[in-house]
Order: sequence, then structure tokens, then C-alpha cells
Amino acid sequence: MSEAVTQPDRAAEKPPSVFNVGASLRQYGIFLALVLIIVLFQFLTDGRLLQPNNVTSLVQQNAYVLILAVGMLMVIVAGHIDLSVGSVVAAVGGVIGVLMIDYDWGTWITVLVALLIGGLIGAWQGFWVAYVGVPAFIVTLGGMMIFRGVALVLVGYTRSGFESDFIAISNSGVAGLTGFVGMLDAFTLIVGIIGILAVLFFSIRKRLALRKRNLDVEPSVLFWVKLVSLAAAIGLATYWIARSNLALPYVLIIVGAVVFAYAWLMGSTVFGRHVYAIGGNLAAAKLSGINTKKVNFWLFVNMGLLGGLAAIIVTSRAGAAAAAAGTGYELDVIAACFIGGAAVTGGIGRVSGAVIGALIMGVLNMGLSIMGVDPSWQQIIKGLVLTLAVAFDLINKSRSAGRAG
Amino acid sequence: MTDPILEMRGIGKTFGPVRALQDVTMTVMPGEIRAVCGENGAGKSTLMNVLSGLYPYGSYEGEIHYQGKETRFRSLRDSEAVGIVIIHQELGLSPYLSIAENIFLGNERSRMGVIDWRETNSRAKELLERVGLREKVETRVMDIGVGKQQLVEIAKALSKEVKLLILDEPTAALNDEDSAHLLGLMRQLREEGVTQILISHKLNEVMAIADNVTVIRDGAVVETLSNADDAEDKATEARIIRSMVGRPLDHRFPPREPEIGEELLRLEDWTVHHPEDPQRVIVDNASLSVRRGEIVGIAGLMGAGRTELAMSLFGHQYGSRISGKVIKDGKEIRTETVPRAIGHGLAYVSEDRKKYGLNLIAEIRHNISGASLGKISKRGVINKTTEDTVARDFRNKMRIRSSGIQQLAGNLSGGNQQKVSLSKWVFSDPDVLILDEPTRGIDVGAKYEIYEIINELAASGRGIIVISSELPELLGLCDRIYALSEGRITGQLPREEATQESLMELMTMEAAR
Repeated sequence: MSEAVTQPDRAAEKPPSVFNVGASLRQYGIFLALVLIIVLFQFLTDGRLLQPNNVTSLVQQNAYVLILAVGMLMVIVAGHIDLSVGSVVAAVGGVIGVLMIDYDWGTWITVLVALLIGGLIGAWQGFWVAYVGVPAFIVTLGGMMIFRGVALVLVGYTRSGFESDFIAISNSGVAGLTGFVGMLDAFTLIVGIIGILAVLFFSIRKRLALRKRNLDVEPSVLFWVKLVSLAAAIGLATYWIARSNLALPYVLIIVGAVVFAYAWLMGSTVFGRHVYAIGGNLAAAKLSGINTKKVNFWLFVNMGLLGGLAAIIVTSRAGAAAAAAGTGYELDVIAACFIGGAAVTGGIGRVSGAVIGALIMGVLNMGLSIMGVDPSWQQIIKGLVLTLAVAFDLINKSRSAGRAG
Repeated sequence: MTDPILEMRGIGKTFGPVRALQDVTMTVMPGEIRAVCGENGAGKSTLMNVLSGLYPYGSYEGEIHYQGKETRFRSLRDSEAVGIVIIHQELGLSPYLSIAENIFLGNERSRMGVIDWRETNSRAKELLERVGLREKVETRVMDIGVGKQQLVEIAKALSKEVKLLILDEPTAALNDEDSAHLLGLMRQLREEGVTQILISHKLNEVMAIADNVTVIRDGAVVETLSNADDAEDKATEARIIRSMVGRPLDHRFPPREPEIGEELLRLEDWTVHHPEDPQRVIVDNASLSVRRGEIVGIAGLMGAGRTELAMSLFGHQYGSRISGKVIKDGKEIRTETVPRAIGHGLAYVSEDRKKYGLNLIAEIRHNISGASLGKISKRGVINKTTEDTVARDFRNKMRIRSSGIQQLAGNLSGGNQQKVSLSKWVFSDPDVLILDEPTRGIDVGAKYEIYEIINELAASGRGIIVISSELPELLGLCDRIYALSEGRITGQLPREEATQESLMELMTMEAAR
């Protein structure tokens, strides 16, 4: 560029990273809220909330919310919604019940078929949303009725008496697999240590790569504080879980794998970027050469697949397939996403946020239950938390919007 | 000597650590038209938002005196109650409501909550006559053009007994005819005693209509010039520009030595029909070409089919029953989907960067890589370090003024957004770059930088097609200019022969059918 014209530096030029801090503050804020709620209930329940066995059962009870919230988050980021997840869980659960009880199918083949059927249900809904252009709200409202009906037709009454290895999926853990270290389960400790090392390795590697190319890195104090606290948190959780009766529950392994895989998918792959682009500005996404129909279709296939997985976990946990299973799940899951910072208008939201949102709901459920709060009051409290969390978010946003002069 | 209608004294405003206004003092006399000029981000809109109460009393420093009294507005309602009305750049009309309903929106003619339709419609009719708009008051706002919508906004302001009317870039989206009508209306309102504050980038309009011009730079008043013919220090376009950018701008266009090579892209008999009404021809048998290193302009009035031509070429994103040939490097290519068009080395930078160009709630770096994720990924996995490096390099090269590559695109000024939009398409490494109104709504300094970027792109052997409604821009930038009228190419002129007059003649030529 020519040297003749030099621009005067303008007052309008923003000081460094005001907005970044604002954006990540939201993430920290919600995380902080989770910590506060845990501390609060730990206090209110005289320390019973964080008893090792309660921690593992928290995960077992909320596994379906966590898994469905991951899929829902992606759907919400793309600017859609899925109201059918509860019914899909019931319908796929019904298929599992019929196959395993009426036809004596084995566990593994049934699990595979359940995932497949979940995906097919997703493909059905994705077809209408992506290729016909029916709003997802309508398609999945229809799906909510259709698949609840399917569950009723399939199951009729409850099916129970599953094989023990199917029941184990949601009710057992790795305890004793590789022996014990004192009171602690060895396998859980190994997983925890690998987790800590992986976090350290990838964080440091990324920082070095950024530095090598002279890109901005966060201040080193902040970086190390964050890294050390994260490692400490994993360590603490590992210790806690290793002390529980089940040690590492199988569902936690499944949930962990799903969360990490999808966080990576949304954060680091072309597909994930396309999802954000579609939700952020559909017209611009199309003009950037993104095949928006294809992305929307696969989003719903994926949601169905995760619905199938949730059905496996829910059916295994209950030890029975019931036509009424999954009632109201869609509301818990959608609430988790919005508490976790997803934007109603699409384009914004993170897998980690949805996970934290789901955990907040889960801790509330468990804490209030331990305290013996009436279920009706639990509903009221959860509803208030959802409303306040999103209101807080909006107030925050409108305050910072004043900056754009 | 009359008293001023408005006195703003020592106005200051900060957003967090950013100071947007500093000790702004401005005095406006009754019945004058005051122009406020300044680059984007200079603080014009902030000042008007303080004045109109959008930023409530207490959130800014200084005093506002209106009609001799100090005022402390807490909301837009407060300022409207005393006759201050602001019309924003983006119109605030509800598209599905009628003109009459829009005029009285929030101010309904009603009795005990029930709308009095006879009064609403008859009052609306009077107001439309006053602003010179010949439309039925029952017409839905979405069915009239932008120019007429602007008039509805003014009618709405008049319905509120406006004494001080603030117009923020009122002609930015209007064609010449509508702009002329609007300026006429502003003169008429001045006769009627309405004081007006005009914010505009179009200096020729400012010169044509304003009594005085206040120039703002970096949140402070640089000077106020009189536009009276006998004034000692009379406002001129050059003077205003100099004050706005803080330096003399001798050349509005950077110098360039074109090196024009072989033909790169040719469009033959391109015909496009309206998407909803396939009988209507929008682009009619258009043929044009661009060579390597060449900047080709397309001039046309609003509705001539410029954007439609570009968007139909780029992945058939506009229109139906599209026919004609696209020939690139001597071979016919097909461009009926965007990925295919991109694959053949085409890029289209939209005129509407907010609607079609950027993801405003995404970071700069993700916007820049948005159309070329394939280049920074392997088997679907993005290399984020490469992405950041690319974004940083573009931020430096294009001089995108931001806090970093992680700032949201929506928080940038118009000029910087346009640079991000350009970066996105330059990164896709196209052979042919179609730029639709590349400098719309951008201040003078940023325009110059964008012209430099365009020149550089041409110098690197790419073919550039510039669509613009600003004829001086086409004349200053292009090697060859096509004129488009009612969807037909009515002629082309090389740079040496083209003048505003000769182009305008071609652009208004009745298409012979």
C-alpha cells in the first residue's frame, strides 16, 4: 500500500480485548454459578451432596440430559429447535424393549439398532426441515406427537426383565476392573491421570504453536492459573469418583466421550463452523458457498442419533421400556442449553456451556431432592433459574451493546 | 437577534474505557439546516443519541439547552414530547402495517384504546400530501420503495409536531431522484420553520442544502463552517474533507498504472427473470467481459439490475430461468451453485455487508476464513493456528482497526466491516472479484484504502468488476465502464471517454424492446 497516505489513529479504535473479556466472562459467569450452586447445596445438605456415591449417581441420573443437550445445542446454534427428543427417547426405548424382551435380541446388536433407528428418525425430521423448509418447531412438534404415539403402539404396556449386561450400562461402573489402590479404584485413577496429562499436553502445545507464529496468547499468569485449576479439578473429581462404590460409572465414560467429541466437532471442524455460520447469518452462509441444506439435514440426523443413545441409557437405567418414558425431557434439555448461554436467535452457544447448564439443572434436582423439597417446588425453582439466567444474560448484553456507538 | 433553539454545551460521553465524545459544543438557530459531517466512528450518531435521550441524562457529561431551557431527557419519549424527532439510518417502520398505521405507531389516534380509523386515515392523508407522497394510506409499507418509506418516516415525524428533526444519512439508500425529492422536502420544511440536523456522507448534498456545517473528528468538534455565499470562511467540499480526516486529501483516488492482459471472463447473452414473477425480465441479454488486471465498472440506476446480474452469475443466487453463457479463460463454465462459482475462481462481495456479507456475531477471524475453510483444513478439521495467522495477516494488510482478530464483526465500524468482507473474499483467492457498492456508507479515509486494495488486486492479475451508483467512483477507479439500463447493457465507455454526463445518458436510455 502507498506510503503517501497515513491514517490518523482514531479514537474509535477500541482498546485491546474489551470484547473478548466480555464474551468469555459469560462463560466464566455460568461456570461460577455452577460452583456457587454446588457450594450452596453442599452447605444446605450438610455435605451430603458431594458424597462420592451421590456424585456418581448425579452423573447417572443426568446422563440423558447431558447427551441430549449436546445435540440440542447444535440444533439451537443453527437457529432451530427440537421439541421431539423426549418422544424419540420413548419410541427408541420401545424398540429396545420389543427387540430384547419379545424377540430376545442380544445387547450389542440392540444397541446398534437403537442408534440406527434414532438416526433414521432424525433423517425423517431433517428431511422436512432442510429440504422442504418446514420450520423445525413445526416438524418436531409433529415429531413429538408422532413418536409418542409410536412408543405407545410399540410398548403398549411396560417391558421389563432386561439382560444384566444391558442394565449394567447405566447402573454399573468400572470398580475393581484393575484392582484398587487403598480405598481408591485403580482404573479410575489411571483415567484421571491420563486426563490431566492430556489437558496439560494439548494446552501447552497450542500455546507454543500460537507463540511460534507470533499470535496473541493470553497472559501467562492467567494461562497457568486456568490450567492448574483445571488439572486440580480433574484430580479432585477423580479422587472423589474413585472412592465411590461404582468407581467410574460406564455412563460417565459415554457422556465424557460424547462431550469431548462434540466440543471438538463444534470448535475445530469445518462442519462445526458451518453450523455457527448458518445460525449467525443464513444468507451470508449461503453466499459463502456453504451447503446449508446438507448441514441442517445432518444436524437433525445427529440429534436423532443422540436421542437413540439417550434412549439406551434411559431404558437401561430404568430397567424397563415405558411408553411414557422421556416425558418433558425436551424442556430440561432446552433449558440446559439456554442456561448455558445459547442464544435464542441462533449463532451463539458452546457445548461446554450446555454441559454446565445441564449440570446446574442436575445439581438443583439432586440438592433439592436430598433436602426433601417437594417436587412441585423443585419445578418452580428450576423455572425461576432458567428465566433469571437468560434475563441476566440479556441485561448484560444490552449494557455492553451501548458501547457500539 | 433570535435565541438559539438548541445549545449543546460541553457534551462528553464514554463507553467503558473508550471516549466517544469530548467537550462538544454546538449551537443551532431556529429554522436552520445544520449538517454534521465526520468519518464513521467520529461520534456523530453518539451525539445525536445523546440529544434525543436514547442515552439518558446522567450517562453523559455537559448540558443541553432546548428552546432556552435546560433539558434532561431520560428516553426518546421525553425528547419527542418537546418536538425533537430522530430518523435513523435504518428505517424504523413496520413492513406489514399500512402507511397510516406506521405514521401513528406508538402515537395512535384512538378513543379509550380503540383506534379511530377515520381520524387516523384522514390525518395520514394530510401528512402524505405535506411530504408529497402519492400513495394510499392503506398501502402496506413493504409494498413501497425505500425512497417513499423515507417520506413516511418524515410524515411520522411531522405527526408528532416536530420542531427539531434529526436525519441520520437519509439518502444513503436512495436513488438520485428520490434524494432530490427528499432534499426538496427538507427545504420546504425549513420554510415552515422546522429546524433540521442532517448527518450525511454525501458532501454534494450537504453543500446543496445546509446553512451551516459542523465537522466532528475523533469525538470533538473541529469547526463549524457557514455555507452562505457571502460567508468569510465558506464551506467547500475540499475544506470539509480536510477537516474530517485531519489532512488534505488531494486525490480521492490512488494512482494506478493498469497492466491489462488477456480476457479472463466473458458473459454472453445473460438473461435473468424475476424469481417470483418469471414473466418479468430483470437482466436482458447482457454481455460483458473483463480482462486480467482490468477494473471494469457497471453503472446503473437503482433497479437497473446491477446486483441481480451479479448475484445471478454468482451461483444463481438471484432469479429464475437464467440463460446465457459464462466463459472463463476461453472455456464455458457453469456457475449455478455458489460452491461451483467459488470453485471457478469467482467471488462476490455483496453491497449489503450486514445482510449478505458477514456473520456479525462471529469473530473477525472466523469471518475471514468463512468462504475458504477448505484452504485451512485437512479432512474437515480446521487448523486454528493457520486460521489465526491468516486473520492476523489480513488485519495488518487491510488495516482493519479492531482490538484483535477475536473482536466480533458486528462491533466494527462500516469501513472496517467492509475490509473484513473484502478479506474474506480475497482469501478465497479468486480470479474474478465482483464488488457490489464496495464503499457504500464508508467514510472518505476508508474509501481511499479500499480503492488501494482494489488496485492491488487488479495489479496482481485478477479481473475486477465494480458495481457502483457513485459515478465519480467508477470514473476514478475503472478502466472501462458498462452502463446498465432496465436490465440491458446500453453501452460501454473506456475510461478516457467516460464522463458523468455520457454515462448518465446511457444509464437512462430507454431500452428498445
